[in-house]
Amino acid sequence: MIEFSNVCRNFTVGDQQVHALRDINLALGAGEYISIMGPSGSGKSTLLNLIGLLDRPSSGVYKLDGLDVTTLDDEQQARVRREKIGFVFQFFHLVPRLTAAMNIELPLILGGVNVEERKERVAKLLESYGLTDRAEHRPEQLSGGQRQRVAIARATIMRPSVLLADEPTGNLDSVTGKEVIRLLEQLTEQGVTLIMVTHDRDNGDRALRQITMVDGQIVGDGRKSDQP
Amino acid sequence: MKLNDTLQFASHSLISARSRSVLMIIAMSIGVAAVVILTALGEGARLYVINQFSSLGTNLVIVFPGRSETAGVNPGMLIGQTPRDLVLDDAMAVLRSSAVRRMAPLAVGSALVSNGPLNREVVVLGSTSELLAIRHMTMSQGQFLPEAAADAASPVVVIGAKIKEELFGIENAVGSWLRIGDRRFRVIGILSSQGEAMGMNTDELVIVPVASAHMLFNTQGLLRILVEAKSREQIERARSETEQILFKQHSGERDVTVVTQDAMVATFDRILRTLTMAVGGIAAISLAVAGVMIMNVMLIAVAQRTQEIGLLKALGAPPAQIRRIFFAEAVLLSLVGSVIGLLLGQLGSFAIGQLYPTLPVAPPWWALIAAFSTALGSGILFSVWPARRAAQLDPVAALARR
Repeated sequence: MIEFSNVCRNFTVGDQQVHALRDINLALGAGEYISIMGPSGSGKSTLLNLIGLLDRPSSGVYKLDGLDVTTLDDEQQARVRREKIGFVFQFFHLVPRLTAAMNIELPLILGGVNVEERKERVAKLLESYGLTDRAEHRPEQLSGGQRQRVAIARATIMRPSVLLADEPTGNLDSVTGKEVIRLLEQLTEQGVTLIMVTHDRDNGDRALRQITMVDGQIVGDGRKSDQP
Repeated sequence: MKLNDTLQFASHSLISARSRSVLMIIAMSIGVAAVVILTALGEGARLYVINQFSSLGTNLVIVFPGRSETAGVNPGMLIGQTPRDLVLDDAMAVLRSSAVRRMAPLAVGSALVSNGPLNREVVVLGSTSELLAIRHMTMSQGQFLPEAAADAASPVVVIGAKIKEELFGIENAVGSWLRIGDRRFRVIGILSSQGEAMGMNTDELVIVPVASAHMLFNTQGLLRILVEAKSREQIERARSETEQILFKQHSGERDVTVVTQDAMVATFDRILRTLTMAVGGIAAISLAVAGVMIMNVMLIAVAQRTQEIGLLKALGAPPAQIRRIFFAEAVLLSLVGSVIGLLLGQLGSFAIGQLYPTLPVAPPWWALIAAFSTALGSGILFSVWPARRAAQLDPVAALARR
């Protein structure tokens, strides 16, 4: 469902061209659980941003569900992002002035969903993530694990087919990190494609497909043979 | 995103940035209130002057001694300084015009008026019996000046309501003697209380026959001749004939100014309306300043909320939506600011009206509309750039920051 053919991404830094991604060819299927690993500056976040339509490739074609999304304008890309892609960030990126419930509601508001349906879906999600008693708390009143769970709830409320996680445990202690990983893994069981960028080898190794990047190129793409 | 959701989102972010929002609202409302109050004052001055002229009488033609070569009124004429005086004969001659119904000469001076131990300085008006009808004055007691020849200096006086109160108290005044300057006059009537007109409060006047006034002040001159035309249509003819007559009276010299009441009202109306607009325009500059302030604060807000904007983009908000959110914030701010400003302006005008009851202070409707729409306009105009900047933010860079 995600197809990259000959995708490059160059940045101009000063008067120098930096090749963040070189000629990436990649095909990811629906419901896959993928980790992207590699040293800093290897281009993993750039790849994630391209998949999430936050950035455009300098050359090459990116097809999402068979649709060439590189040719879409900003408005159409925003729509695709809203309907098909969910983001989970290292620093949670919750809006500090909004309560947990309102943060989760945000994508529905942007999508123009009416109030009754919004409240219902948010309440359901809060319950399944065990956050019901935290619904009216603002992010600063939540623990790191709770914040990330709110962020995941927000990422999944539109029922996206792709979930992009950029170092989702990078800001959490190992116990809560494990909880968050388990939560994300549960989502893949429901058919969501999970793509996780991570430094943490333990987390990366849990993924069923592991992509390793160095210097803007994919140097390893292995599947776990022993399926759990 | 639906419109009411956008508004809700915008107002939510305004409420959470309370001090910032309050400051902008204050700036906006001060601007609007300034426009409202200043135009209210200007309009009050205009109405005041017009009322003063209209309460002078109806279908009036006014003769001033002296003439300025350019059109308009010069200060010399207003205080009656001129080489050749207007005299009683001139006033009598005006009656020859068939368009003139009646005429009242006016001589003015100030003298010490006393009743026994009680005395005060009073404006003394010298005129004839016609003044009562021309100036629409009414008597509360006794009668007005008798219909005698204008040059008959009989020692009678009509006094204003306040003078009666101050010099006679509850005593009966009609029939008593009153000393004005070094002469004695018999009180024959008391004017009913009427208030001010053209800077002369009839309540604080005493009126004597014009010839008596001339004797009192030892002059021959008249300050004004008030001429009443037979009808509205005859005003212009009365004016030109009066001018002709006085031209002949003064042996072919045009040394008097004859104006119609309407022309004077119209001139003052024009001057004061322009003044009001100019003052309102100056006040409107403060609205532009408030607009620039809104722009400045919005730009800071965009910088502070970079992450939030990046997040909204990641969650699928198109650039137009981001623009709408910031736009909505600016509109809400200027809307609230304008409404508060209008209220403050009305309140201020009301307060000034209470302090100076003679000035009919009320903001004209066009000023209210102009202030409101200028405030809203400048708020919207100055939010265009910040909103665009927010919409053009690169989400990758915005989210990379912590």
